[in-house]
Amino acid sequence: MSYTVFVPRDSSALSMGADKTAQTILAEAASRNLDVKVVRNGSRGMYWLEPLVEVVTSEGRVAYGPVLPGDVASLFDNNFLEGGAHALRLGLTEELSWLKKQERLTFARMGVVDPVSIDDYMSHDGFNGLKNALAMSGADIVKQVTDSGLRGRGGAAFPTGIKWKTVMECQSDQKYIVCNADEGDSGTYSDRMIMEGDPFVLIEGMTIAGVAVGATQGYIYLRSEYPHAMETLNQAIKNAYASNWLGRNIQGSGKTFDLEVRLGAGAYVCGEETSLLESLEGKRGLVRFKPPLPAIEGLFGKPTVVNNVISLATIPIVLDKGADYYKDYGMGRSRGTLPIQLAGNIKQCGLVEKAFGITLRELLYDFGGGSATGRPIRAVQVGGPLGAYLPESQFDTPLDYEKFTEIWAVLGHGGIVAFDDTVDMAKMARYAFEFCAIESCGKCTPCRIGSTRGVEVMDKIISGTDSTRNIELVRDLSDTMLNGSLCALGGMTPYPVLSAINHFPEDFGLVKKEQAA
Amino acid sequence: MQEEIVSKDQLSKIESIIGAFKSVPGALMPLLHEIQNEMGYIPESTYPSISRELNLSVAEVHGVVTFYHHFRTHRPGKHILQICRAESCQSMGCGELETHVKCSLGVDYHETTSDGEISLEPVYCLGNCALSPAVMMDDQIYGRVNVKRIDEIIESVKEKV
Ligand SMILES: Cc1cc2nc3c(=O)[nH]c(=O)nc-3n(C[C@H](O)[C@H](O)[C@H](O)COP(=O)(O)O)c2cc1C
Ligand code: SF4
Repeated sequence: MSYTVFVPRDSSALSMGADKTAQTILAEAASRNLDVKVVRNGSRGMYWLEPLVEVVTSEGRVAYGPVLPGDVASLFDNNFLEGGAHALRLGLTEELSWLKKQERLTFARMGVVDPVSIDDYMSHDGFNGLKNALAMSGADIVKQVTDSGLRGRGGAAFPTGIKWKTVMECQSDQKYIVCNADEGDSGTYSDRMIMEGDPFVLIEGMTIAGVAVGATQGYIYLRSEYPHAMETLNQAIKNAYASNWLGRNIQGSGKTFDLEVRLGAGAYVCGEETSLLESLEGKRGLVRFKPPLPAIEGLFGKPTVVNNVISLATIPIVLDKGADYYKDYGMGRSRGTLPIQLAGNIKQCGLVEKAFGITLRELLYDFGGGSATGRPIRAVQVGGPLGAYLPESQFDTPLDYEKFTEIWAVLGHGGIVAFDDTVDMAKMARYAFEFCAIESCGKCTPCRIGSTRGVEVMDKIISGTDSTRNIELVRDLSDTMLNGSLCALGGMTPYPVLSAINHFPEDFGLVKKEQAA
Repeated sequence: MQEEIVSKDQLSKIESIIGAFKSVPGALMPLLHEIQNEMGYIPESTYPSISRELNLSVAEVHGVVTFYHHFRTHRPGKHILQICRAESCQSMGCGELETHVKCSLGVDYHETTSDGEISLEPVYCLGNCALSPAVMMDDQIYGRVNVKRIDEIIESVKEKV
């Protein structure tokens, strides 16, 4: 009898000791003369349960967690290999309500498969989208993507199909597909999960993009903070080449697509697409003026699609199941699903893929279970360091690009960071300026100088010096940054700053207006 | 600052790295990564060869190296400890963690302990925001780190000496 056990290779699982757990399981199996195969899968995204171990049983996969090395012997004693009872037994994985309540389209295979096994990928609908695409014209592929309503998941929410159409219609001897895997926003990790847990879906999405617009070379620009993602991606790319899902004449189609991973070097601004292209070209990551759009003059001056990891990883399901299938999810002009990342001071942090329309409150309490510290959640920042802070009174806002715009907030890359009532919002506003000062590319004055000025003024406010006048200064400064910055780093730093002042004035030495919205 | 000495052996290794990358499009970034992997930092003495082979000015090479937080211009300690100080980790008390580490190691950010063991660096997100606060020791990532755990992490690398 041979047994299969899953122990994630995901960085966050590793951060809780998953490697040791896997080694201990193998050692214990050997000492008991049991034939156990350990598969290193991606994470299911229930991070408070990591390392989450699953065993394959006749009823389905049974989950145990969190499993530390010290728990392994007792798991064997209680016959966990056949799903035996144990204090850490969580039940059938697929039946766990946290997963069952989700709509996993982009993350359908997450945690299910061996991330670098082509066979596993193909037996779970892998490459169905690309197979369809290879039999279609570029224009038809682009039409499917446009009709699906997919908007860029990197932050700006620009319609993906329209960007592709521009690149497709350019005449050029060389075009590029660039995947933005710089994922710099605090509170986000969905790109990392895809690259570590289901890298083929990204490879497939990029290949479809290449076939659609006529590009034969792709680059994944990966942040250097993700060494494990780098390793898994490179292994997956190697395996894809070996089975002719990359390279020349893919599956006999006559199409060519080459793919390479390039590392960033710890600059947040290089997530901005033109800064990223400069960096890929081997330069300082200075933001470019637009126009020209990267779609027309991008990498090395050639037409270039730049898309976020999640945008690209969503393409295969659109091409597999059709635009209508995807478009059926969501609300308003926000179609499909969003992989939401719960982070910070939340009890049950993890990945929740849901159709647009779910509210913050449902995410924070139904999925998240409230704060990790047990204190009231006072503020949440949605959309990374350039996103607004929202107070409790706004927790019923549905996740929808336009609804968020109405309350002067952004969804960004779908990260939600929660803070309990010990947070000092004046310090968070100061940090927003500080972060901007550290990461500014230096090209425009409001961002480069304004951010440093912002830190100084915030210090005065925090020390209680002339708050009213200094807050006016911060507002003026924010105005200048909003209107005078070339990119959203300088242009959106006022979001966290002003939202903190407007929603939490008492932290800035101002009197809270009763019933302020 | 003391002049950094690069041995002949290392120089020839660097020459071969430069040779391997020079015809790659956008060679500079992967090349700098490779040199840093080899040396732990990017010695200024390599700028002339890089600029010659890639047809850039020394000032351009210098400009790129210093633009990116990840690239180091000086030899770091034997180990590099990165503490995430982004919002998610702040919400879970990374401030306390950084004060503790700075105190116990006797260094500030961007400094190395006097025994040359550990360089302390801030980092803005490790993508481990579901398990904040997070730190990274060399290539090893840790989540839900508290004061006790970080002391153990620091001890564990010191023991290996
Ligand atoms: C300062 C700054 C940082 C950004 N960081 C990222 C990032 O890490 N990942 C990302 O996909 N997009 C990031 N963006 C957005 C990109 O500029 C661009 O809109 C995106 O890559 C386009 O892909 P999408 O349409 O698939 O979202 C950033 C933008 C700015 C201004
Ligand atoms: S806003 Fe800041 S980061 Fe953006 S281009 Fe201007 S200086 Fe650079």
